[in-house]
This record gives sequence, C-alpha cells and structure tokens, in this order.
Amino acid sequence: MGIAVEAVIALVKIAVVLGVVSLVVAYLTYLERKIIAHIQQRLGPMRVGWHGLLQPIADGAKLFLKEDIIPDKADKVVFVIAPIMVLVPAFVVYSVLPFSSTFYITQVNIGIFFILAVSSLGVFGIVMAGWASNSKYSLLGALRSAAQMLSYEIFLGFSIIGPLMLAGSLNMQKIVEAQSDVWFVFYQPLAFVVFFIAALAETNRVPFDLPEAETELVAGFHTEYSGMKFAFFFLAEYASIMVVSTVAVTLFFGGWQGIGWIPLPGFVWYVLKLGAMIFVFIWIRATLPRYRYDQLMRLGWKFMFPLVMANIFLTGLVKFLFL
Amino acid sequence: MPDEAQPDGKEEGGASAPAGAKAPPAQDLRELVEREYAGAVLEQTAYKDLASEATLVVRMDALVQAGALLRDHPSARFRLLSDLTAVHYPGDERPFHVVYHLYSFDHNRRLRLKVKARDGEQVPSVVPVWGGANWMEREVYDLFGVSFKGHPDLRRILLPEDWGSHPLRKDYPLEGRGERVYTKPRRKEFGD
Amino acid sequence: MFEVESSTRVERSSVVPGTEELIINMGPQHPSTHGVLRVILRLDGETVKDCDCDIGFLHRGTEKIGENITYTMFIPYTDRLDYIAAPSSNLAWVTAVEKLFGWEIPMRAHYIRTLVAEFSRISSHLLWLATHALDIGAMTVFLWCFREREMVLDLFEHAFGARLTVNAFRLGGLFQDVPQKFLDLSQEFADLFPGRIGDYETLLTDNRIWLQRTRGVGVISADDAIDLSLTGPILRGSGVRWDIRRAQPYAAYPYLDFVVPVGENGDVYDRYLVRIEEMRQSTRIIQQCLAQLPKGPVSCKVPRTIKPPAGEVYHSIENPKGEFGFYIVSDGSETPYRVRIRPPSFVNLGGLKKLALGGLVADVVAIIGSIDIVLGECDR
Repeated sequence: MGIAVEAVIALVKIAVVLGVVSLVVAYLTYLERKIIAHIQQRLGPMRVGWHGLLQPIADGAKLFLKEDIIPDKADKVVFVIAPIMVLVPAFVVYSVLPFSSTFYITQVNIGIFFILAVSSLGVFGIVMAGWASNSKYSLLGALRSAAQMLSYEIFLGFSIIGPLMLAGSLNMQKIVEAQSDVWFVFYQPLAFVVFFIAALAETNRVPFDLPEAETELVAGFHTEYSGMKFAFFFLAEYASIMVVSTVAVTLFFGGWQGIGWIPLPGFVWYVLKLGAMIFVFIWIRATLPRYRYDQLMRLGWKFMFPLVMANIFLTGLVKFLFL
Repeated sequence: MPDEAQPDGKEEGGASAPAGAKAPPAQDLRELVEREYAGAVLEQTAYKDLASEATLVVRMDALVQAGALLRDHPSARFRLLSDLTAVHYPGDERPFHVVYHLYSFDHNRRLRLKVKARDGEQVPSVVPVWGGANWMEREVYDLFGVSFKGHPDLRRILLPEDWGSHPLRKDYPLEGRGERVYTKPRRKEFGD
Repeated sequence: MFEVESSTRVERSSVVPGTEELIINMGPQHPSTHGVLRVILRLDGETVKDCDCDIGFLHRGTEKIGENITYTMFIPYTDRLDYIAAPSSNLAWVTAVEKLFGWEIPMRAHYIRTLVAEFSRISSHLLWLATHALDIGAMTVFLWCFREREMVLDLFEHAFGARLTVNAFRLGGLFQDVPQKFLDLSQEFADLFPGRIGDYETLLTDNRIWLQRTRGVGVISADDAIDLSLTGPILRGSGVRWDIRRAQPYAAYPYLDFVVPVGENGDVYDRYLVRIEEMRQSTRIIQQCLAQLPKGPVSCKVPRTIKPPAGEVYHSIENPKGEFGFYIVSDGSETPYRVRIRPPSFVNLGGLKKLALGGLVADVVAIIGSIDIVLGECDR
C-alpha cells in the first residue's frame, strides 16, 4: 500500500513540476522578449493580452498547428527522434532539483552528478539533428555544438568540484543546507565565474550561441526544423537555462535559504534567486556580440581550464590546512 | 582616430592646371607616354578643356605598357583605377570604346584612357596593372561582349551564364530579342 | 564556380578516414548577406579555402534604362541604386549632369544638398552599424541604430515627402526650398546625435569580444586596397587619407570644416572606427551647414528641354560606401548616349576574396559587413 501511495504522490509531483516547468519555460521566452525589448528601448510583445501576456500561449498554439515539414533528403527516423532526445534530458533533470526544503520530486545522493550526466545527453540530440537534416548549415552547427558542449561540460564539471568539496556531499539538499551560514559564492568566486561562463556555453546562449549563430549558419542545427519539433528545441534550450540557473543558485547562492532576517518562505527565495540569475542570462544576450569558434575553444582550454584547476587545488589546500 | 586635416585641396579636380598655358590638359602625360612608346597615343581630348576630363586614346597594343607607365612614373602615379567601362558606337569601324578612369592620389588628378576595339577583337586585360579591373572587365565582357586577353577569370558576372547576348550594345532592343519570354504552360482544357 | 565534386562516394582506404572540402552556399537567401548576394565558400573545416561571389540577382539594367530616358527622368532611378543613401546617389547624378552643362548652382541649393547628403551618410552608416553588429551577434546596437535612423528618415519625409527613395534633388538645384521645420528638426537631431554615437560605442568599441572578432580580421594593406580599386571607408581604414569631399570637393564641401578619419591596420575594426568617426564628422558638417545656410534661390534657370552639348564627363562623389560616379556620354540629344554608374559596392565587393581567404566562416560574415554593400547599386 505504502508503495502505491508513494507512487501516486510522485506521479502527482511529476505532473505538477512538468506542467509548471513547461509553463514557466514558455513564459521565460516572454520574459526574455520583454526584457530585451526594454533594453533596446522598444516595447516587445504588446498585442496578445495585457502587455502581450498571452503571447507565449499564442506562440505555442501557432507552433502546434504549424505544418510539420520533414525534408525529403533527411534521415527521417533520426530527424524525428532528435528533438525528443534534446527535450527529454532537459526535463528529466528537474526530478532532482530542490525547489524548496520540502518540495522536490526525489532526493538522490548523487543529485548534482545526476544533473550533469543527464543534461550532457542533450548534445546527442543536437548532433543527431544536425546529421539527420542532411544540410550543410545544420551539420556545421551540430559539429560546433558537439565540440563546444563537450569542452564546456568539462569546465562545468570541474567548476562545481570546489563547492562540492566544501559541502562534502553530492546531495542537492545537503549542499543547500551546508550554505546556511555563508553562500559558497563568497568562498568560491572563481568557481562561480567559470561555472557561469560554462553554463552560458552549455545552453548555447550569447556570447556562445555559435551552434545556432543565425547570421552565419542560418539557424545551425535546427535550420530544417519547424513546427512542434522546433518548439522542442526551443523548450529544451529554455529548460536548460532554468536548470543551470537552479544549479547555480543551489551551489553558490544557498538555494532556497533566505537571508536571515527577512521572513519569506524558502520557495520564494528560490524563485527570486532564480529570476535574478535568468535576468543576467538575458541581460548578457542583449549586450554582447558572439565569439568565434576558435576563440571559444581558446577561451575554454587556455583560460578557464587552468583557472578551474587552480581553484580546486586551492580549495583542497585550504580545506586540508585550516579545516 | 581623427587626425589633422590634410593639406587643403580646394582646387577643383585639377583646375590648378597652369592657368593661361595653352597646352591642353594631359599634354604632359601624353608626352610622357610618347617618350617611352612613340605613337602610342592616338588622340587627345578634353570636354570643355576641363582638366578633370582629360582623355587620351591609346593604341590597343600599347595599353598595358602605357598603363603600367602611368601607374608607376613619379610624375603620373595613377595608382587607382576608378572605373572601367565601355561605350558602343555601332556604325564605327572600331565600335567598342573601352574607357579607363584613372586617379592619382599624389597629384590629385584624373585621366581618362580609351582604347577602340573592333567587334570581336580582344582587348588586352589590365588586371596585371590594376587588380581592381578584374570584376570591371568581367562586367564589360558580360554587358558588351568585349573579350579581354589575359584576364584570369573571364566569366559573366551580372547576367546568368546562359544569357547569350549583351544588353548594353546599342542594337540590343528594349524588348524582344535577348529577353526571356515566359510562356505559360498550356492548361489542360476540360475534355482534352 | 567551383568544380562540384560528384556525389558518388569515392572508395577510400579503410585505414585513414578521408576528409573532404565542404562547399557552402551563403545566400542569396541568407541572413547576413545583406540582400541577394550569393557567396560560394569552399571550406576546410571552418577555414575558407576559396570564395566566389555570384551577383546580379538584382540587375535591372539601370544603365540601359538611362540611355533611353531624359536626364531629368533618370533621377528617380538613381534613388534605387544605393537605396540606403538615396540622396547621395541623386547628388552624384545631378552634379555629373550639371558638370556636363556647366551650370552655376545657387549657394543655398549647394548647402541644402550637402546637408541632405550628410544625413544620407548618417542613415547609411547607421544601417551598416546596425547590421554589422547584428552579424557579429550584438543585437541591441541594431535596434538602437534603427531608432536614430528612423529620425533621419522622418527628416527626409519632412523635406521631400518620402522616406527611402526620396528623389531629393533636381537638375539645377532643388525642386523647392525645404520647410523651416526640417531645419529645426535637423538642428535638434544634430545636437542629439553625438551622444547616441557614444551609446553605440559603449557597447562595442572597447568590448573584448567585439575586439576579438574584428581586430586583425580581413586585413588589407593600403597598396592592396588601391590595387583592388577599393574606395571609401575601406581605403581609409587602411590608412589612405583620401576622401573625394576633400580631394575634389563638390557642392558646399569646400566651405566646410571636417576631418577625414583614417585607420592604421586596415582590419574590420579600423573600418568600424572610421565609419563611427565619419558619423561624428557628418554631424559637424550638418551643424555648420545649418549655421551657414545662405538665403536665396534654390535653383538656377533650367531650360524646359534639357539638351546638353555633345561630350563626355565623369564625375564622382564620396558616397557613404565609396566613390560613386557617373560617366555620361552625351550626343547632344535629350537622352544620354551612355550612362555608366561607377558603383562602389560592386568594386569593393570585388575585394572580398582577398579579404576572406584563410579566415573562418564567422570572419566572412564580419568582412561582408565591414565592406558595407548595398546590392541595388552593386547589381544595378
């Protein structure tokens, strides 16, 4: 009996998280459009609903109803699987994210490890999409994406080792609890910088949006995609932004822990921090130009890699000597 | 980035030519070319005696050498090929006048060179002298059908490869020949 | 065009996997080819091994049209050449024809022409900066530039009733004097604009990514640039201080004080700096034009039928893109015998191959942006 009840509870939680996340991700696009619009001194979506509030719904409906085109020369099976391969890992990750001290789908001892492992699966979908489209632009985009995501996966992984050493756990909840006094961003500023840059690259965001650099590669790996399949890529991208922002908030900004004297529930704190994080993502998009492929690699391997290694070494040294 | 203004250049393009001197514009250049290649300059004109419209008509076989001389000689230094084009005079014995507009930074003056070509005759390419002539000669080839000897890559440039005629020739009509006529595919009538 | 390899797979050794060069078509429908330019790239990985341009998609036979209509009727056609800076094209044509006639144009017309031509330079450079920055990924500059460009187009509308293809000038001067409101708004714009240029520069000039993307990219030496007949900001970016407004002044330029900016390295970044500075200088020129604007008629006496003497003239002006000239051959009749347009975009685009070889695909995009082409005038 107990198992059945737990299963039902888990299913309900999954449904809630999926629904909320999908909606939030959709509204993330709205938020992005509005914020960028105001940075650029225009209004952004204004027509659908009050200040364009229903725009994401209209967009979703449009994408849903659009003709689904599969190019003649494409590898049809892979072409169809690819967007699913991108979307599923992006959502699976939400199963271990701690939204507050009490609300989460599951607690895994190796939560952060699980997130890294699953989110890195997304690159397969991108490579598959690029390959299956049978288009040169898509292929170039996929190749760029593969090289970029594999490289930056490494820095992302190494950059979180520092906070993990401090927390002494891979469990997301424990990591958050370890920051009840001081957020790790103050102990680990280098790690946070590297993490943030790597996160931008992982999510293919400006200034690392080379895989879909529209002015070079038309739309990169999803050039040939339309309708719902395109929407999958789109959703996956924004879902990943949420994920990396959540990880950043969890690892460096104390997750759902508030600042002592302000009485707000944990979930609100979490949302506030997440919002600030996402705002920075969007802000960067509105400000910076795009790196070139070779510069991106150079930045990664020649600058960030030594930096993150030095950070791990220092953290270990300090921990060994003083703690 | 802004620097001091360059020496005042208020003289209208070459209007600084020695006033009162009876020599028509570009006389010095004509002499320069003639000294090296006697008989290379066939004609010398200038519209309303304007210095900026000084024109030398050169013999076709001397064109490349004269061009190189005008580019490199310190008293000429026509390093910039501003423009290269052609004019078609259908009735003439040599109907195609290929026109080169040169500019000299050092002396702030312009010079127009011309060669006259028979129909079908190959004009020597000036790409070795002025690299910028590459596309301009291709354009003349495309629109006039004048072919250039020694051009590295003589293909049509504005019109499709299979156009077949040369629209800037005077005998090219505004409608009709040379235009692609679109014929509607015949619709199947009911009962066909 | 390149030899396109046959699609049949060549039998390869099973030990070493073979690599092939990739031929990629950029355009004619591509976000960063600024119109209907088709660039065929042969790539090794992402390195450009060869590059060829296919142009002419917008060829309308403007030169042929010019041979068949009168001198006045051709003015609107010049709008459609460099449609980003239409008054500049108008100016090139009317000054060329006036040179053919030898007319004396009233000073007020000269000043207004200069004023409007400088506005068109600003409008053109703004569009260039917007798209160039967008090509390199900086999105906000795009919309900021369009905000100011909108103001310039509104000014054109005040003066000439149209925004893009303005048909601004007539042979012998202007069609009519500009309204006072145009002058007031021009003054307003000229006071406001330098600050806005500063805004663009805060986003780009010292931005490390922008520097990395543009410095040392698409380098061309002054000698090569001259050899390839490149003109305008590209030539000046390579350090040649040559501006037709200064070297062979026309309209009111002899009476105005401005600086011709030049670069040092001849790369994309220097061209960027040159154009930014040119916008500042244009604003200075506008200020001076407004301050010095003389009173008087705006057109000289123009005969009803315009029949120039037989002869030929070449007259060029400093278009925002480079040397924009007209070579007119007249046979003494009402229509020109031959109209040749010297197109800066066309000639400058001829230098693309030299600039792009050995770079990466992303550099090609930056270089095309820095050449600043407009296909209407390139293809004519």
